Amino acid sequence: MIEVEHLSKHFVVRRGRFRRERHVVEAVHDISFRVERGELLGYLGPNGAGKSTTIKMLTGILVPSSGRVSVAGLDPSRRRVELAKRIGAMFGQRVQLWWDLPLIDSFELLRHIYRVPEHRYRSSLERFREVLDLDPFLHTPVRQLSLGQRIRGELTASMLHEPELLFLDEPTIGLDVVAKQRVRDFLVEINRERGVTVLLTTHDLGDIERLCDRLLVIDHGSLIWDGRIEELKERYGAERTLIVDLEEPAPPLAIDGAVVERVDGPRQWLRFRGPAAELTARVAAAARLVDLQIGEPDIEEIVRRIYAGERVRD
Amino acid sequence: MRLDWEIAKRGWRRYAAYPWATAAGVFTNSIFGFLQAYILLAVFNHRSDVGGYDAADTVTYVWLAQALIMTVYIFGWQELALRIRDGSIATDLSRPLDPQRYWLAFDLGRAPYHLLFRGVLPFIVGALVFQLNYPSPLEVVAFLLSLALAVVVSLGFRFLYNSAAFWLLDIRGVMTVAITVNLFLSGMVMPLSFFPDWLRSVAHALPFAAILQTPVDVWLGKHHGAGLAGVLALQLVWAAVLLGLGRVALRAGARRLVVQGG
Amino acid sequence: MVEPVVLWGRLVGAQIRSQLQYRVSFTLDLFGTFLISFIDFLAVLVIFHNVPRLGTWSVQEVAFLYALSSISFAFTDLVIGHLDQFPQKIRDGSFDIVLVRPRGPLYQVVASDFQLRRLGKAAQGGLVLVYALAALHVDWTVGRIAMLIVMIPAGVIIFSSVWVTGACLAFWTTDGGEFTNAFTYGGNFMAQYPIDVYGPWLRRFLCYIVPLGFVCYFPALYILDKRDPLGLPRVLQFSSPLVAALAAVVAGTIWRGAVRHYRSAGG
Repeated sequence: MIEVEHLSKHFVVRRGRFRRERHVVEAVHDISFRVERGELLGYLGPNGAGKSTTIKMLTGILVPSSGRVSVAGLDPSRRRVELAKRIGAMFGQRVQLWWDLPLIDSFELLRHIYRVPEHRYRSSLERFREVLDLDPFLHTPVRQLSLGQRIRGELTASMLHEPELLFLDEPTIGLDVVAKQRVRDFLVEINRERGVTVLLTTHDLGDIERLCDRLLVIDHGSLIWDGRIEELKERYGAERTLIVDLEEPAPPLAIDGAVVERVDGPRQWLRFRGPAAELTARVAAAARLVDLQIGEPDIEEIVRRIYAGERVRD
Repeated sequence: MRLDWEIAKRGWRRYAAYPWATAAGVFTNSIFGFLQAYILLAVFNHRSDVGGYDAADTVTYVWLAQALIMTVYIFGWQELALRIRDGSIATDLSRPLDPQRYWLAFDLGRAPYHLLFRGVLPFIVGALVFQLNYPSPLEVVAFLLSLALAVVVSLGFRFLYNSAAFWLLDIRGVMTVAITVNLFLSGMVMPLSFFPDWLRSVAHALPFAAILQTPVDVWLGKHHGAGLAGVLALQLVWAAVLLGLGRVALRAGARRLVVQGG
Repeated sequence: MVEPVVLWGRLVGAQIRSQLQYRVSFTLDLFGTFLISFIDFLAVLVIFHNVPRLGTWSVQEVAFLYALSSISFAFTDLVIGHLDQFPQKIRDGSFDIVLVRPRGPLYQVVASDFQLRRLGKAAQGGLVLVYALAALHVDWTVGRIAMLIVMIPAGVIIFSSVWVTGACLAFWTTDGGEFTNAFTYGGNFMAQYPIDVYGPWLRRFLCYIVPLGFVCYFPALYILDKRDPLGLPRVLQFSSPLVAALAAVVAGTIWRGAVRHYRSAGG
């Protein structure tokens, strides 16, 4: 579905007011990856890492400096219009709907812009209305919609022409918990039921955790991780956390093979590797336990470590 | 006083941050300067004096007007209205700093920037191509004084029509009318000296003339002695009146906010 | 060929419907635009209060020029006026959305905002035109009537080409959007007056570089059967449509180049 080979993009930036001091900024440097049809993958990276630049090259907005890109078999920068018919894009922070018009009008207009046959449009719209519960605000002008409603409208808009591939840039930003869940359910449905390939750029680790099979991480223009989430957890998350609730507050426990990361009253967090059973026995022997939990490696923690530059352990 | 200086600096910096906008503005001003200069000069093919202006006066007027557009901010300004509309005015009013004083200080910092960077260059362009009239050193001082007063009158006017935002959802209509009236009666569209006598007398009495026509007339040396003191005093009076009305509007608007909840 | 026009009709139609929903507000806006555009005509009247002729042009003749410039400009503003906000669209990245859709970017930008109230200015121009034609004694031939009809769309195309070219500057300079004003409102202002009042180099500029002289001046010479004070070849008086076509080609090329630059230099 997507093939990226040695893709690079540099920009010439002129610092200063009128003076022309040229700096070459390497926004994206030699990245390569493949995405198969039907995948739902997350694209993660700190701000300024090159995420938007990559997406722009994949959608045909930006022309690469070097390297090869193929999306749905087409070169985005050369066959922009053709590709546009097969992809959908949604930029969470930018509005693609018509501000002053009722939501349904935006849909109608997009239908004509994409030349979607009437019956296909009707059935698509029917489904989206149901899944995303659009009826209450279908005839409301977009400028009067709440963020959650607008995002649902935007998602519909990006899918009306039944694209094979969907690019989402921070779709859940600013949404409340319920709204986020709705969006995620929607994405799961279109991916699993309809086979739409989804590339999701996000800072929301909940999105990643719940939606993505695979994760691409970019930092400073380079791809630093490309693989399944489980693998990521294994590689980085070799350490787990045992959370113990003691009968009463105590100084940090000294247990072989574990490091106390944090103490809060009677609760202590112990970082450890390897099987939990042994460690649990040792802890039980060393102190009086009321309760314990084993925390799985937190994606947030892992990502933080990646950003902090910890090399992937082999 | 120190606070006012800080605010004024902020006013300066706000506009200094966009050099390309300034360059583009200079270009536009120059184009309009040429157009208007030629059009009005064509009038002088038939007569040598229009309302006390000769050809050189008129051309100087055109270029000065273009140079001063941004300094006296003839066109639309709605910073205050935007703050009222999005509710930030409530925060402003809760602070010990009076909003009118703030905007006045801000504008007095902004105006010198525009005078130097939007004013001098188009004027030089005009001076290179056309024969312009220049004031004596004493007249320059009077001009600068008149210009400063003009800026204050302009701010008073802008503040006043912005305060309509306390009552109207969208001040675009009010603003368009305000700008149009201002453009016409300040002498921006045409020097007031070209107007028919009856209209000219009326225009000179109104505050709009104080925004552009008066300072330019001072530059052109059209006022001396008592006459000069008179127009400057009139500017001062209008400044006081407009600022006063602005305060009334502000207080009424603030009261309305409290009642309505913003 | 037809389908894009139909789509444009739909896009614009939806906006018109939405604007007409607020009857009162719209009527006031329309009326306001109508009144305010008279200010420019008042300027013409003020000038003629002081002189009987401007160059070789009488007040009715200048009114004629003014009216046609106003009408052409009003229709241009109606169709592509949204370009005023183009620099803002570039700055906040909304132009990217246009590039993800399977249609031409200029087409989309232009169709996305259609403010019916701008017709107020055309109405004002229409009134002034009625006055001018009533006061002038035009020797109406088929040719002249055809010219009157053709010069308006030709004028719109020329104005649009100038405007689009100006808007392209927004691709290269961050705040250069203001440059466009010199082209758009400056252009309107220029075309309202006979170009023989402008200095020689400006006149040449207005004939050959930014061909605003072809919006009203040359066609007007033909319609009013007026001797060209500049003594230029008569063929120029019939050239508006050709000039319009050329201008459109040039503007289109510059626009495409500008979009290409945007797509390689970064959004």
